[in-house]
Amino acid sequence: MFRRLPAHLGKISAIVAAATVLLTGCSPEYAVLNPVGPVGKTEEHLIILSAILVAIVVIPVLILLAIIVYRYRDKPGNRAPYSPEWVDSKTLEYVWWGIPIIIIAILGAFTAKTTFSLTKPPEANVKPITIQVISLNWKWLFEYPDQKIATVNYCEIPTGVPVQFELTSDAPMNSFWIPQLGGQEYTMPGMAMRLWLQADKPGKYNGYGANFTGAGFAHMNFQAVAVSQSDFNAWVKHVKTSSPVLTKAGYNELKKDGLAKEASYSAYPPGLFNGVVMQNGGQYMYGSQTPSNSNSTKNSSGNMSNMNMDMSNMNMGH
Amino acid sequence: MTTLAHNNVEHHHGAGDHVHVDYPERPIEYQTQDGALKILGFWVFLATDLILFACLFATFIVLRTHTDGGPTGKELFDVPIFTAETLILLTSSFTGGLATFEMHRGHRNRVIGWLIITALLGLSFVGLEVNEFVHMAMEGATMQRSAFLSAFFTLVGTHGCHVSLGILWMTGIIIQLFQRGITPITARKVYIVNMYWHFLDVVWVFLFTIVYLMGVM
Amino acid sequence: MNTVPHWGIFITEPMILGSDVMIVLTSVAIVFALTKFKKWGWLWREWLTTVDHKKIGIMYMIAALLMLFRGGVDAELMRTQLALPNLSFLDAEHYDEIFTTHGTIMILFMAMPFVFALFNIVVPLQIGARDVAFPYLNAISFWLFFFGAFLMNISFVIGGSPDAGWTSYPPLSELGFSNGPGQNYYLLALQISGIGSIATGINFLVTILKMRAPGMTLWRMPLFTWSVLATSILILFAFPALTIALALLLLDRTLGTHFFTMLHGGNPMMFINLFWIWGHPEVYIVILPAFGVFSEVISTFSRKATFGYGSMVFALVAISIVGFLTWVHHFFTMGAGADVNTFFAIATMVIAIPTGVKVFNWLFTMYRGRIRMTLPMMWAVAFIPCFAIGGATGVMLAVAPADYQYHNSYFLIAHFHQVLIGGTVFGMIAGMYYWWPKMFGFLLDERLGKWAFWFFNIGFYVCFLPQYALGLMGMTRRIYTYPAGLGWTVPNFISTIGAYLMGIGFLFIVWQVIYSVKYGERDVTGDPWDGRTLEWSLPSPAPHYNFATIPTIEGRDAWWMAKQGQLDKNAFLPKKSDIKPIHMPKNSGRPFILSICFFIIGIGLVFGVVPFDVIGGLGVAFCMFRRSFEYDTDYYIPVDEVIHTESALGRLQG
Repeated sequence: MFRRLPAHLGKISAIVAAATVLLTGCSPEYAVLNPVGPVGKTEEHLIILSAILVAIVVIPVLILLAIIVYRYRDKPGNRAPYSPEWVDSKTLEYVWWGIPIIIIAILGAFTAKTTFSLTKPPEANVKPITIQVISLNWKWLFEYPDQKIATVNYCEIPTGVPVQFELTSDAPMNSFWIPQLGGQEYTMPGMAMRLWLQADKPGKYNGYGANFTGAGFAHMNFQAVAVSQSDFNAWVKHVKTSSPVLTKAGYNELKKDGLAKEASYSAYPPGLFNGVVMQNGGQYMYGSQTPSNSNSTKNSSGNMSNMNMDMSNMNMGH
Repeated sequence: MTTLAHNNVEHHHGAGDHVHVDYPERPIEYQTQDGALKILGFWVFLATDLILFACLFATFIVLRTHTDGGPTGKELFDVPIFTAETLILLTSSFTGGLATFEMHRGHRNRVIGWLIITALLGLSFVGLEVNEFVHMAMEGATMQRSAFLSAFFTLVGTHGCHVSLGILWMTGIIIQLFQRGITPITARKVYIVNMYWHFLDVVWVFLFTIVYLMGVM
Repeated sequence: MNTVPHWGIFITEPMILGSDVMIVLTSVAIVFALTKFKKWGWLWREWLTTVDHKKIGIMYMIAALLMLFRGGVDAELMRTQLALPNLSFLDAEHYDEIFTTHGTIMILFMAMPFVFALFNIVVPLQIGARDVAFPYLNAISFWLFFFGAFLMNISFVIGGSPDAGWTSYPPLSELGFSNGPGQNYYLLALQISGIGSIATGINFLVTILKMRAPGMTLWRMPLFTWSVLATSILILFAFPALTIALALLLLDRTLGTHFFTMLHGGNPMMFINLFWIWGHPEVYIVILPAFGVFSEVISTFSRKATFGYGSMVFALVAISIVGFLTWVHHFFTMGAGADVNTFFAIATMVIAIPTGVKVFNWLFTMYRGRIRMTLPMMWAVAFIPCFAIGGATGVMLAVAPADYQYHNSYFLIAHFHQVLIGGTVFGMIAGMYYWWPKMFGFLLDERLGKWAFWFFNIGFYVCFLPQYALGLMGMTRRIYTYPAGLGWTVPNFISTIGAYLMGIGFLFIVWQVIYSVKYGERDVTGDPWDGRTLEWSLPSPAPHYNFATIPTIEGRDAWWMAKQGQLDKNAFLPKKSDIKPIHMPKNSGRPFILSICFFIIGIGLVFGVVPFDVIGGLGVAFCMFRRSFEYDTDYYIPVDEVIHTESALGRLQG
């Protein structure tokens, strides 16, 4: 029994489990596979494309392995050919150097195209909204520079409108991730990074801090609430009229280690985001220019080389 | 000490103080198999050390403008001092080379003499560098002041530590030359310490250019 | 504002206390046993002072298995905590410490020594050498690793473990966010063992380049030795970057410099670049030797030479070179430009090409062979599907925009466990089974080994496949707990069951080893597997000097060819007239003492105790000076003794 089926059991369980993942993939828990906006959809398509392309190699390998291990087993009376001297075949080697090269070429082309396209706003004809995000230990602060309001641990966004998230950190680096809207981007001290996302369907979408920042990290979740433009406007108005003001002292209090509940503020200290970026090392990347509000064509997962060899010549201003 | 891969050499003696020659036709430092292996091993080590310095250089280049409002290279570096350091170190590399040259001619006392001169030049280099560091620190330019100064002191200091270690090492070899004369083993030691010394010279040329010259420009 | 809950404190504090008690009891037991059986001298003479590559290899392997146990316990604790939502088995602080030590130990103190164990045990025997190029340095490498690992492990009971992740990213790992000694432990443990790793790289590069038996050209070298050559070069180019990253972070923490701080001009990104310039090649450092093992095992148990030897060598070299051009894929999401991300994405995918070629070549080594399902072969065959899937998800991760969705999620966790366990661990276990008789002269029990195999393999898929699903559900790594209602509960629960099954598999291996010491089949031929390479021409275990006379090698897989009658088999046996005194290095206690001095420096730096640093530093200087002045370092084994040994083994010709 053991001698007969060495690899099979492992492989069968692998295939069954993989199939389970794929079949249940459409159930709503699979946030990445149930995107509600163009960025997430683009990434989902690429995920599916890459899965299919790698399957072209992996599935034949699994089948070949099963057949070979069974057919050439060392059993008395096994009549399968035995050719110990047959150890080289240029033709076969061309095949298995060639096929992966073609697959990687295809996948590489799609990767390049998408990587560049994600740096642009997902919707060209709609005026985007900007939200500035500061990750703190262990909570998320959102600022709406156009609406002049701020929130903690949740943000509201209008549906159908590209959202330009500007990300930084006033604590160890975290990563800003709302799987159903699209992929993540780090929040890093001294840098203002950009991420385009967009929701096309109203709803509450879970957001996560994806990079470990210490003891409270596991609780550093937030909600992205997508509502229609009119509801959004109403919400802004409500926050403006009914919420307290976030003062500089209030920010310093918020910055201290600890968890926080959802909160909203009708105003926040002007220039807070840029001040945080500059204070944590932004001066060496952006010189005297302001890191935020740069022109919107250079965006998303970033226009900042993290090689950091020479940041001074990067055109960040407008 | 190594074992023989090839068993084609006669062994009439036990080891110990007796030096067993595997390849009499080679230069003296390569005459034992162990010596040949160690020289190759040391070349490989120098490659790793070079990468180590390359990482420090990369760090310095990234951080050289990060002065945090503190002193810059232009304000700190003293042209005559670092020029003198450079000349001294280059000269010491030359005298070290002369030691190897005399070693191949079998002149023990001249080898010792040149090595002592090399070590003394190295010592004066280190002295100048320590003096430079102390002056900077007294002006408030410590390695805690800014990222630029952290990178400067670490890069230059790592080189200085290498030189200091080289001086100690060379002293040990000078004593062994006194005790044992030029044998394939002591010759290999002289050869390797010189490889190390020349390597430090090469690193200094980059330091001189990237840290000091570009710093004052 | 809430604070982080600490419910687990009552469970975990006894855990530390328990560990303290266990450590004291074990130490007392060991001291007692050594004294009672009068084994102190034996321990010192045979092990602590040895420079014999075979013994050093065995010590590396024992250490690696112990560390596999330690890292495995960490894993079981984490999986227990995550089995259900909102559990309070561990609190955040302890969970953070445990995942940090799990990663650090598994990569640096389990995978690395396991790889070095096989380097040491196999390479000199495979190339026809009597030891490595620098046996004394080899002993230093081992003891530096040992005391580095020791430093890492005592952190749990003295002062607190590191808790900033095995990647230790600043600013989290800087003062202000990680103030205790834990992070210092991490930095010094890695630094001390890292020096040893660089020395090992130098040692094996020179050994393979310069000490091959006559006739063994590079193109006749066994593929395992080729993999060690490629790995050594990777070590030499990668490890200095880690040395610098650790040293600069240590300077930040101990002297108050500003390399990676948030303020005063520091740049945390610089650490991340340096770390991964080492870190990515590091994964090839631990996987290439496993590839080497699979080449040997698959070829031996298919009774067929490795298919496409040239391609296999070329693939190894290609992987080592391209492996240095992929490090940014660890941080596609840190704001690199689209151009940079695209370059590194494609470079990463390119690695899949030579790797895929190797898989096909292994398949076609088995094709038209005669496959014997022994334990090493079972692990090698199990490796192929596991690694194929792991490699495939690796290509999926390399697609930069898709990585924005996978990064730091359980999809990533599943991927790298699949390649590191399916690749490195399966490879090391296969290698251990394969060369075990060569090390100890007996075989490991087949029946218990099969239990271990099935528990571990089924457990593996049960544990890690659900984690791919969790990643796609948005579960991020390094969270110590999660809320209910996200659909994460069932996959997490299944995953935990899988982890327990793997744990049972490991216990079977331990049982198997203990059982086989007494009952295992003795290997009297020296060639229990009908092997192909030079090590199988020697008795098991090989004599101290390995080869009484060095054979001349006239082909690839020369020993196999000799057994097939294509070469003269007697060429592999010593002739009385050819035996000459054998030049061997003397044992030395200094590598052990030197490493203790490094350990003392380490303790001094962890706790900021300057006298320790001074004492340790003087000790290191003293040891090095003594070495420089030492001329009596070697000796000759007389001819009579060699003849006596060889004739007792029944190998002597004429």
